Amino acid sequence: MPPFPFFSNKRVTRSADRPEKMKPRENIKDLLFEKTTALFALCVLALTLLLFALLVRESLPAIRKIGASFVTNTTWDPVLEEFGALPFLYGTVVSSFLAILIALPLGVGAAIFINEFAPKWLKTPVSFLAELLAAIPSVIYGLWGIFVLLPVLRDYFMKPVSRVLGWIPLFQGPVYGPSMLAAGVILSIMIVPFILSVSREVLATVPKVQKEAVLSLGGTRWEMIRIVIGQHCIPGIFGATILGLGRALGETMAVTMVIGNRPDIVLSLFQPGYSMAAVIANEFTEATGELYLSALVEIGLVLFFLTIVVHLVAKGILRRMVPEARKGAAR
Amino acid sequence: MKKRMAIGIAIFGIAFWIGGASPAGAADSFTVTGAGATFPYPLYSKWFYEYSNAHPGVNFNYQSIGSGGGIRQITAGTVDFGATDAPMKDEDMVKLPGPIFHIPTAIGAVTVVYNLERVKSGLKLTPDALANIYLGKITRWNDPQIASQNPGVKLPGEDIVVAHRSDGSGTTDIFTNYLATVNPGWKKKVGRGKSVRWPVGLGGKGNEGVAGVVKQTPGAIGYVELAYATQNKMTVAAVRNREGAFILPSLESTSEAAAGAAKTMPADYRVALVDAPGKGSYPICGFTWLLVYKDQRDAAKGKALVSFLKWAMHDGQKMNTPLLYAPIPKPVVEKVDATLKQIQYKGKSLY
Repeated sequence: MPPFPFFSNKRVTRSADRPEKMKPRENIKDLLFEKTTALFALCVLALTLLLFALLVRESLPAIRKIGASFVTNTTWDPVLEEFGALPFLYGTVVSSFLAILIALPLGVGAAIFINEFAPKWLKTPVSFLAELLAAIPSVIYGLWGIFVLLPVLRDYFMKPVSRVLGWIPLFQGPVYGPSMLAAGVILSIMIVPFILSVSREVLATVPKVQKEAVLSLGGTRWEMIRIVIGQHCIPGIFGATILGLGRALGETMAVTMVIGNRPDIVLSLFQPGYSMAAVIANEFTEATGELYLSALVEIGLVLFFLTIVVHLVAKGILRRMVPEARKGAAR
Repeated sequence: MKKRMAIGIAIFGIAFWIGGASPAGAADSFTVTGAGATFPYPLYSKWFYEYSNAHPGVNFNYQSIGSGGGIRQITAGTVDFGATDAPMKDEDMVKLPGPIFHIPTAIGAVTVVYNLERVKSGLKLTPDALANIYLGKITRWNDPQIASQNPGVKLPGEDIVVAHRSDGSGTTDIFTNYLATVNPGWKKKVGRGKSVRWPVGLGGKGNEGVAGVVKQTPGAIGYVELAYATQNKMTVAAVRNREGAFILPSLESTSEAAAGAAKTMPADYRVALVDAPGKGSYPICGFTWLLVYKDQRDAAKGKALVSFLKWAMHDGQKMNTPLLYAPIPKPVVEKVDATLKQIQYKGKSLY
């Protein structure tokens, strides 16, 4: 029987090795430390649960009145109190995936260059500046988006593309500037630093022996990177992507400033859209009426669920991927 | 070492606590709190500053969290006064713990701005043309509905890019209220509100968001507050009023609208100024209000609030014009004075 029932056996045996005099004091310190950290961990858990409970409680009136059509209806009309959140859901998902599509090759490519090819004098400034991007407040990105990105994107990318490829549904319709594409681009710039820095960490964990082994077998540098990344780094890079996706899903200010804020579902990336976080930020402060407020909170709830689903799916994929990668690495 | 640090932190904390507590503990100094509309915030903060300087001991804490938030807070009783750009709806007033007064403090105008190369300020728009542009029925600048009112102006055949506010705002409320008043089609299809379901157009966040779209998109049209358009020297349209004259937005034409509406002012001031009579009156404007309970819960605070409101309606009004808000017309001020006399603490007037 251990002295305190909540002590694990392992710790008791360990403290038994120590001088008898020190024991009680060490134990109390250990105990305090353990319980304090447990308390902190519980706090995080409690916060999440409270957040969830509050979202559910506040959105109950909307859930009761609107029901499932909330996520299938495409009309958002605060005047007639008809609330359908599908356009916002669509906008959030599409702009975030667009961002990943752009940021992933950019971030991973830059990480490979910095780690494997860049001369020393270039390494530090490039990675420093890239990481600095992560520290810029999103409203600055939004302003920059309005005044720099939108005109450039409109005049030098969207207009020419629309002239040549305007018949493809993805690029159809008049060109304004504010659009799903602009939102995707600005989000991608915001998440590149995450993908870049995590990818660099992951690349750095590759044992030197493995890399040298590939080279010594006559592999080129490209083959080395392909083999090493393919077998060792994919789970880590995937994790970085999910981290970036998480940020993109919840980003508000920068998105609302460039997306055009139009609750429509259109395939064309050149047309304006809307996102869940953006509509909450836009309409919450001035919303009056119980159902309206409640519907806005329910959008928050849907966003919460979307984030959870994305993380769970990612975890699942990762779990299936890791053993394979390990196997590959061992081979 | 650790102990010393802990003591240091404790001393610091206590000092902070005492420092923070002492002003509140002083004899006859207190803070009147308010929350609400962002549109009149520059004017209110000037008023609070001037009034506090002239009346030491009275401090104001105003949070410009938006009209909706202001209404929510005054309904919950967490602030001493609220502020709103759109009058409270009847169904919201039922939820209040007691009768409330809407005190009009200033008048704001909403200007129609556009971006057309070679067309300077003063493009003439009829109410129907404006409504049809926002309904998506007029899509090109050289549409006969616009061109017929602007002989001699060379209008391009460009697409009209419509911009509107994406965030809920009193500005949108005034603008949509105007369109709903002058155009039955708008009233039926869209209606009036701080956020509406726009048939066409891009949403910009805030005045700066709409202005950003308009300034950067050739062929764009949008609406922003008068003060914002003036300060940023934007190209503004003249809108036809109900007397048939095309009026450019300005403080004078806004005041004239208020004077025109003063005659038919209801007792609770919850009136829209849009499409007001008067030869020179600009048709798209509206009041902004402070929300004050008739029965005050705290004698001293209530007294301070009433004397502040009295000051704001007289001395304070002189600060409206320099800050680009139209002042409340004299006949309305007299009416408001009578209303302020009804504010009471336990049945006694605080005026």
